[in-house]
Amino acid sequence: MSEAASSVETESSSDAPLRIVLAKIGFDGHDRGLRVVARILRDAGCEVIYLGLRQTNEDIVSVAEQEDADCIGLSMHNAGHMTLAPKMVEALRAAELDIPVVVGGIIPESDIEPLKKAGVAAILGPGASAEEVGRTVRDVVNARA
Amino acid sequence: MRQSNKIKHRNSDIGELFERATSGERRAVGRLLSIVEGGGAPADQVARLGHPLVGRAHVIGITGPPGAGKSTLVGKLVSEAEKAGKRPAVLAVDPSSPLTGGAILGDRVRIDANNVNTFIRSVATRGHSGGLALSVPGSVRVFDASGFDPVIVETVGVGQVEVDVTATADTTVVVANPGTGDAVQANKAGLLEVADIFVVNKSDHSGANDVRRDLEIMLDLSHATGAEDVAGGRAPIVMTNSLDGDGIAELWTTITEHYEHLVESDRLVGRRSHRLKTEVRSRLLTGLEGMADHLLAQRFEALRRASDESTAPSELSEQLLVELFAGPNVDD
Repeated sequence: MSEAASSVETESSSDAPLRIVLAKIGFDGHDRGLRVVARILRDAGCEVIYLGLRQTNEDIVSVAEQEDADCIGLSMHNAGHMTLAPKMVEALRAAELDIPVVVGGIIPESDIEPLKKAGVAAILGPGASAEEVGRTVRDVVNARA
Repeated sequence: MRQSNKIKHRNSDIGELFERATSGERRAVGRLLSIVEGGGAPADQVARLGHPLVGRAHVIGITGPPGAGKSTLVGKLVSEAEKAGKRPAVLAVDPSSPLTGGAILGDRVRIDANNVNTFIRSVATRGHSGGLALSVPGSVRVFDASGFDPVIVETVGVGQVEVDVTATADTTVVVANPGTGDAVQANKAGLLEVADIFVVNKSDHSGANDVRRDLEIMLDLSHATGAEDVAGGRAPIVMTNSLDGDGIAELWTTITEHYEHLVESDRLVGRRSHRLKTEVRSRLLTGLEGMADHLLAQRFEALRRASDESTAPSELSEQLLVELFAGPNVDD
């Protein structure tokens, strides 16, 4: 009986699902893709904290703290990624939050390296499969741990 | 989808996390909530450290069917609370997929981020039985111990688990809206019986007054049958429109008055002792479930071989129960 009782205590928080914050920053109103990604990550076993449209960096930093997020996914479809994504990375660094940022959306090939240099953990384009989305998120989180 | 970011937080730092949380560091509160959600020994340690600090927060349960406007209502209520100089916390519960364990937690979309003093945590039910019943009181404890007040727990009001969650609340608000059925629905047992306050939301929709009338008739009947006395008085009904904020100030006043009434009439003590008992019960059940699974794994096949085909399941479980409470060495 004591053995059974101790087995109850061996569950630990390391089994917890990944918690991913999904958002769009500023005036980019194209949220269809982000909603699809939310569903993909849900079906990959993640807990998705969906923020949707018109978020600010400050909002996202504050939410990441409250939700103890493992990863932040930004969707960008209005060519603002070279400005907005590095600012998001910078805002997290300034808050001393070590949380990877993944950018999804319409990102030209030539912008991928500069974004990675600016600290974006991964970039997912329109052709990314559901499997690739789930694996990328898992990989960038594990790389930080 | 396993991750290790949070494994860093072993038992030794839980005390430190608590110190940071009680001094107002939101990040530490966020981490403590993750530990509680993860369950097991670390969550138990959070409970031990938090328990001596609780009892100050007014715990408000908000429940009702999907689409009733609960999240939008909660968003407006926290604004009222902040206006009153409070530091509110919200636990917004959404279901996990039973197939993949994943969840989309969308309550934040409805809650205005301008309430900078409000702490909002999205929680998934995480499927496993008793899990929600264990983690919700634990998370409320973290908020209470960290100085948040009120603590609002928002759940979809279907199923036994959610009724359990209302046992966590000092004040339970049930949200109804137009188009949810006729007077017969209003008289069915269940969620309506646990309400301290009714809200008819979407008050601008046609049919809102019909819902109010049906609820009034149901409450009249509760008065006539004496059920009202068991529940501790007639529940007020507040009409709201959570989009434009109509009726929200009245609802906030009604909620705070209910709490004052609980305090003055000494009924708060009874509610909180019931809350404690409910939590102990769900912990006990979780422990017993673990023991049952363990015993089954060890003894079921042997027991089955020793009995013949005519032995009924009830007889097998009876024998196992005897073994469980006589101790593991009874057959040796």
